[in-house]
Amino acid sequence: MTVSFFILAALTIAGTVAAMSLRNLVHCVLALTLGFAGLAALYLQLGAQFVGFTQILVYVGAVAILAMFAIMMTQRAGAVAQPVFTPSRMPGWIAGGMIASAVFAVLAWAIHSSAALPKTLPPQALPSQADAGVRAIGNALMHRFVLPLEIMGLLLTAALIGAVLVAMQEQQEMP
Amino acid sequence: MSSLTDYLLVSALLFSIGLAGALTRRNAILVLIGIELMLNAANLNFLAFWRYGPNPAALTGVLFAIFSISIAAAEAAVGLGIILAAHRHFKTTDVNQMNALKG
Repeated sequence: MTVSFFILAALTIAGTVAAMSLRNLVHCVLALTLGFAGLAALYLQLGAQFVGFTQILVYVGAVAILAMFAIMMTQRAGAVAQPVFTPSRMPGWIAGGMIASAVFAVLAWAIHSSAALPKTLPPQALPSQADAGVRAIGNALMHRFVLPLEIMGLLLTAALIGAVLVAMQEQQEMP
Repeated sequence: MSSLTDYLLVSALLFSIGLAGALTRRNAILVLIGIELMLNAANLNFLAFWRYGPNPAALTGVLFAIFSISIAAAEAAVGLGIILAAHRHFKTTDVNQMNALKG
């Protein structure tokens, strides 16, 4: 485990834990952007440059800002943030934490006991810059993966129209 | 260079954090964010297995991760739209108080 990987993993985990446990919702989203940025750096370390920058563009740039807008539109002005850890909600926290810990324990046990996982990099290692670069991804998208690409465009259009329709103000409520 | 198991462990931890948040937080927006974290853990798995797999030149893991990110973005947009509509109806984003499908 290299030092840079450890720092990035610690940053990602700390950001996501803060995003799931802070009291103020705006602080939650700000911590979430930290976690997403750390994850993008992990992608870069894996050699997937395009996915790393896509992660920054889509998650840090769009999803987090969208969540921030939703929080600001649904919070009342001057509302006091409710405490997250209260005695009345402790059973829920304990139950949720136990379920999540059980899932993590099973996953970690499976990862550690699996003999099929390669322990080291394969001999042909990382494809060179020209292979994993944007040119190769564009070629793959235009040849082998052109049908998924078209379906994705259709899905994004439908999601755009659907989100506008769902969030649109109902007309009969107008006086 | 760290090994594949390190990335898989980070991904499992990320998934568990997202699951715990989605199960325990009461604000609908934070539940959605927890689901996004679980999707991100899956993306990290795709990329780690692509990088350590036998044939990284095929780019399958990278393209799967890209499609997964697009689906997550569409899901976030529709989910936040639904949360806004529900907030207009129920005047709250607390999932414990949204207990009726037919208002």
